[in-house]
Amino acid sequence: MLTDFDRKLLNLIQTDLPLEKRPFLVIAEKLGTDENAVIERLRFLKEQGLIRRIGPFFDSGRLGYVSTLVALRVKAERMAEVAQTINGYTGVTHNYEREGKFNLWFALISPSLPAQTKILAEIEQLAGVEQLMSLPATRKYKVSVQFAL
Amino acid sequence: MLDHLDKAIIAAMQDDFPLVSEPYKELAEQIGVSEEELLTRLRRYRRCGHIRKMGLVLRHRKVGYRANALCALAVPEEQVDAVGKKMTECTAVTHCYTRLPQPEWNYNLYIMLHSSTREKCRQIAEQLAEDSGIVDYVMLFSVHEWKKTSMRYFTD
Repeated sequence: MLTDFDRKLLNLIQTDLPLEKRPFLVIAEKLGTDENAVIERLRFLKEQGLIRRIGPFFDSGRLGYVSTLVALRVKAERMAEVAQTINGYTGVTHNYEREGKFNLWFALISPSLPAQTKILAEIEQLAGVEQLMSLPATRKYKVSVQFAL
Repeated sequence: MLDHLDKAIIAAMQDDFPLVSEPYKELAEQIGVSEEELLTRLRRYRRCGHIRKMGLVLRHRKVGYRANALCALAVPEEQVDAVGKKMTECTAVTHCYTRLPQPEWNYNLYIMLHSSTREKCRQIAEQLAEDSGIVDYVMLFSVHEWKKTSMRYFTD
């Protein structure tokens, strides 16, 4: 469970890790503690698996990549096989089986549109894939991800 | 345009962030640049929007957000901008995008909801839809996570 200190620490650092030589000292001063306490606690939270990743989160579009959300209709008996094949593509960052007519949804980031088209064509041909829809975002109103703790 | 060094920095910054007193110094040594150069470039990426966030991502299931749902809504095109902006005010909404509607799939607004239970996700979506006068929407609850990772750029 998170302590009060953890909540304050994580809320401060979720979207604003300082780009300063000693970022954890800056955070420590805001929290009224010392640098080492911040570093130790972050190590602990990382080890415990509460923190997935620390660092910069890049905007894929700004780096010249193209992204899309893909919805598939997959035959139930082929689901595991199809899902694992899709996982094998490095540009697939999220892959979720969901309830509904379209039962597999994945996010794909590719270095170019032709590269994306090629991957989608390969996936569409997989045994068990009955339908594929590519749904690139047209406007983004919110790309959090900040959780109120 | 990003140069060779930018790409090397971006690739290196996707590894584990060193939890030490001077993390940028350690990263700079790995990359083979000075700490000042690394910080200058990182600040520029943030200012120009290449970095959309400098911080951390939690394993949301472990911090109490056990349920998530993708909710797709069919919003009249002339209202989609206002509705999309309004939805972002709700803290349970972590992502809110428009996407082009497809044949047999007329949904054009997608929100990602995170909450403690499925039922709460359902209630939040119902309220958001009602507040915006939307009747046609679908809850796409996940039943299995096959993959969740961070993208690694310029690593090939």
